[in-house]
Amino acid sequence: MVLLLALLFAMTARAQTPAPVAGDPFATAVAGLGADNFPDKAAAVTVLTELRHPNGRAVLAAMLDGKLYLRNADGRVFITDAGETALALTDPLTMQAAGTGIPDDFARITTNNSLRKTLRSAVAGFALADPDAAVRLGAVREMLRSSLDEDSAALLRGALEKESDEDVRQAVREGLALADLESPEPEKRLAAVRALEKSLNSDVYNRLTSMVTAAEDGSYPEADERVRIAAREVIGSIDSSRRVYGTLETLFFGLSLGSVLVLAAIGLAITFGVMGVINMAHGELIMLGAYTTYGVQLLMPQHIGLSVLVAIPLAFLVSGTVGVLIERGIVRFLYGRPLETLLATFGVSLILQQIVRDGVSPNNVPVETPQWMSGSWQINDALSITYNRIYVLLFMVLVFAILQIVLKKTSLGLKVRAVAQNRNMAKAMGVRTQWVDAMTFGLGSGIAGVAGVAFSQLTNVGPNLGQQYIIDSFMVVVFGGVGNLWGTLIGGMSLGVANKILEPWAGAVLAKIFVLVALILFIQRRPRGLFPQKGRAAES
Amino acid sequence: MGPLLKNLVGERGTAVFLAIVVCIGVIVPVLHLVPEPGSALHLSGYTMTLIGKYMTYALLAVAVDLVWGYCGILSLGHAAFFALGGYAMGMYLMRQIGPRGVYGDPVLPDFMVFLNYKELPWFWHGFDMFWFAMLMVAVVPGVLAFVFGWFAFRSRVTGVYLSIITQALTYALMLAFFRNDMGFGGNNGMTDFKDILGAAINAPQTRVALFVASAVALILGYLACRYITLSRAGRVVQAIRDSESRTRFIGYRVESYKLWIFTFSAVLAGIAGALYVPQVGIINPSEFQPINSIEVVIWVAVGGRGMLYGAAAGALLVNYAKTYFTAALPEYWLYALGLLFIVVTLFLPRGVVGLIVKEKESARPPTSTPPTPTPHKPEAVPA
Repeated sequence: MVLLLALLFAMTARAQTPAPVAGDPFATAVAGLGADNFPDKAAAVTVLTELRHPNGRAVLAAMLDGKLYLRNADGRVFITDAGETALALTDPLTMQAAGTGIPDDFARITTNNSLRKTLRSAVAGFALADPDAAVRLGAVREMLRSSLDEDSAALLRGALEKESDEDVRQAVREGLALADLESPEPEKRLAAVRALEKSLNSDVYNRLTSMVTAAEDGSYPEADERVRIAAREVIGSIDSSRRVYGTLETLFFGLSLGSVLVLAAIGLAITFGVMGVINMAHGELIMLGAYTTYGVQLLMPQHIGLSVLVAIPLAFLVSGTVGVLIERGIVRFLYGRPLETLLATFGVSLILQQIVRDGVSPNNVPVETPQWMSGSWQINDALSITYNRIYVLLFMVLVFAILQIVLKKTSLGLKVRAVAQNRNMAKAMGVRTQWVDAMTFGLGSGIAGVAGVAFSQLTNVGPNLGQQYIIDSFMVVVFGGVGNLWGTLIGGMSLGVANKILEPWAGAVLAKIFVLVALILFIQRRPRGLFPQKGRAAES
Repeated sequence: MGPLLKNLVGERGTAVFLAIVVCIGVIVPVLHLVPEPGSALHLSGYTMTLIGKYMTYALLAVAVDLVWGYCGILSLGHAAFFALGGYAMGMYLMRQIGPRGVYGDPVLPDFMVFLNYKELPWFWHGFDMFWFAMLMVAVVPGVLAFVFGWFAFRSRVTGVYLSIITQALTYALMLAFFRNDMGFGGNNGMTDFKDILGAAINAPQTRVALFVASAVALILGYLACRYITLSRAGRVVQAIRDSESRTRFIGYRVESYKLWIFTFSAVLAGIAGALYVPQVGIINPSEFQPINSIEVVIWVAVGGRGMLYGAAAGALLVNYAKTYFTAALPEYWLYALGLLFIVVTLFLPRGVVGLIVKEKESARPPTSTPPTPTPHKPEAVPA
């Protein structure tokens, strides 16, 4: 009803601009904001706060930001946005664009300190009453950014009683406790310190630390001995829980890096591990997968969210086809001569890189991240995890599971394993070994392409994308034990975690060097990797 | 000495190769120094340095061929030994700059002043002496190869696995040398060299001397490798290549032979690197890139592995092609190189030189390149 009225009003307003329609309290209050003295403005703000009109928050926020203007001609109030030469007007009653105006025709509705304070808590009050918990949490955080005054504290206390969401309650409690730390009564400060025990907020941590840090003359910012002792205890407990979360974070980063390594290596585990072929073009097959994602996004720019999903099977096909071509064209002439396949496929990798450089661009191409993969999962103040890493981790598990099923449960898998174990015997039993070779190579290459789709969401997509992964992938396969997919999984994961554990105290590059050296030494000790193949196939 | 010499240079390919190198080593400096610049016969300093660079590459290729062609060890990390030799030389040249650097510090090289070093790191001491630096040119790659080989060969890491860990070795070294606080100039490496043994490094005479030194090093390195391959130990090494287990069962200590030949090869690579750096005037961590080592392998493959002169010829051939292509048709160089890898492995297992000498070989029993044992090799596929 109000909206309808407002709409009607807006229509007539354009034609004639009469004074505000009497009877619409919101319109009256908004007009009141343009009063020429501060007490009247304050009264209008109070009315707006109490009205709880859906547009109220926007109007008050605009006033706080100095974006509320009065039109000199008719005394009407507008929310404005400074354009190049003119002000873009928005009617506060309808929240619809109302044309533009020349700045000279308008006067900004000014505020003073006390009015801004009122406005700030009014805006926060609106947000605290929002049905969306995330908005409420944001409002609380916003209020806590500056030190709390009495009014805001009162507002928060009121909000705490009505609040049902645990995250918001926690944030409010923290804020109130922080405010209480300023209290002159030691008892109140002590209680506040105790209340902060579970907090992981870095503001809280810094505040507590500063309380117990002695000044030059040996005095403490916190006068009371008991409060200081409590504060030290709380800092200790925060420290230990931060350490726990820090370890969890390192572990997750490690698993995430590990999942990348496994994804990069698992295709190789098939071509190298099962077939004994050194495919140096493996990295380029990954790169082709990433470029497939880019191509799909070019074809369907309206559906970025879907594009990644579409790209997965396509990348499998593209890289798989290239893989089959490599196998049929080159590798099959070189079976039993792994060092020669290494050289020949290295040549293929150079050619593929150059094709992409000439065909697409020598520079990196932009691959967009779909909405559902961006952002991060904020578990608490000490721990947040980006969604794309979670998805890549899950994706790796999925790919691994599918691969296991293909190898263990399908007739192709049976043949692949048979040929890997004893080629001649498999042939004698009627397996078309050449066909199996091509399919196996295609499978490994296709998996590389699928990995490329995942990597396009993590790193820059350029012609050199594959180069970064090739050495790591070989190390993972060799470390895990050739011909053993589980070995690749465990090898990749442990290498990822080891890398991330070393990183904080050695730096990223040195950590990588350590891991490489450790790997070289490990292979010397156990040349067949973590899980060596047993039986006659391992000899020869 | 007579029979030995006859053995060493008796083979026709060797004789031809040595004759060519000697000719180049004499004619090129003469053409550079004697005719006036601008005359049709004058050879520019650039061309001479380029050929000098090729000769250090050829020495590197000979070193790789010694381990790959004769011992079956495919090292994908030989550029690391080359670069280490180059760094040792670079450190000597940096110390020779003295107070003439941009910052004018009497002892510290420019990059150290820039990175706030207060004093020379311990491993830089002694590099102001030429003999010490030259010792390090051989010792550093040699020791690294010895330690690496000691572990690798004793635990019988062979074939593909060895190739992969040598590649990891050069990759790790590359990452390490890219770090600024390693004390080797970080990603900028070392450059702005002023003089070597008191002679200005850009003077024509110095360049000629470096060129001749490269030619001499190539000839001596070649003869040393040739001597090794003809010796009894060389025969054992070739037996190891053809069948490692059988050689071991006969009673030879396979790992010792492999270790020594690998170390010797690394020293040769280091010497090549040391001659390379003053001629190109810079050494930086990109020399450690895995692709460089793989490129060396392809020189050897193109020329013909298992034939020392083939390897050297391959280095000259491929590098000349690279110089030509990157100047004339830069966008096609990688295609050409890639195709070279494929064509040579598929159709020319004995390289270009192998193609040329094929007829003469037919009288002798073929020394076909054997498959290197892998842990998990499918049986050869019938075509």
